[in-house]
Amino acid sequence: MTSHLRIACSRHNLQQVRDFVRSFLMAGHRNDVIVNQVVLAVDEVVANFIIHANGEDANQFLDLMLALTEHRLDIEIEDQGHTIFIPSSVAPNPDMREYIRQGRRGGMGMALVSRIMDQVEFFERDAHTVCHLSKTLG
Amino acid sequence: MKVTTHTTTDTLTLVLDGELDASSAVVLDAELNKPEILNYRKVLVDCQRLSYISSAGLGVFISHLQRLQDSDVKLVFFNMQEKVFNVFEILGLDSLMNIVPTEQEAQAA
Repeated sequence: MTSHLRIACSRHNLQQVRDFVRSFLMAGHRNDVIVNQVVLAVDEVVANFIIHANGEDANQFLDLMLALTEHRLDIEIEDQGHTIFIPSSVAPNPDMREYIRQGRRGGMGMALVSRIMDQVEFFERDAHTVCHLSKTLG
Repeated sequence: MKVTTHTTTDTLTLVLDGELDASSAVVLDAELNKPEILNYRKVLVDCQRLSYISSAGLGVFISHLQRLQDSDVKLVFFNMQEKVFNVFEILGLDSLMNIVPTEQEAQAA
């Protein structure tokens, strides 16, 4: 089973992305918490592409592809813009006490993604950035 | 995302309705940024109708928490759905923030 969505790079389209992932996963009557985790991981990566890679330029596009084979979910998010965006460092264990003390509001998104998904990979393909996420679903 | 407020003498209750993401977080941030919030003893956050939170939503609470604590204002969440609580758990925020099951417990916190 596969499904595809193209969106313009506006943060107002994040709702559409979440609805797309939810409806794809809910077709399998999966646990609400697991579905929400995967929705969150995709939302975080897409928000990063929209805000940080494309500066919310609604003339740029992202393509999302979801594929489910047996229990393995593969997600590919391809940035159609020409700025290569590879997150430099993912903090797997952010010190949340320190974040609170500093009143810091960013830097948690990719930590969430790496804790939720089994595999997280960013790479360059045909001068575009691609993010590949995968997870085994019960 | 809709935020409505109820006040008593010493408590401000924020009722969240909808999905809190990078697009809607600004609405909540505006509420928590109001200077008069420091006049209350408690800020209660009713999460019953909060159906989603992303890191941008968590970031809004995290960015205001120390300021509230420094002014002796307690921030307490209640009625949180399991899938939303799980997002706090993934980052260990469930042990750093005051999250209780019911409004009565929030008022007693």
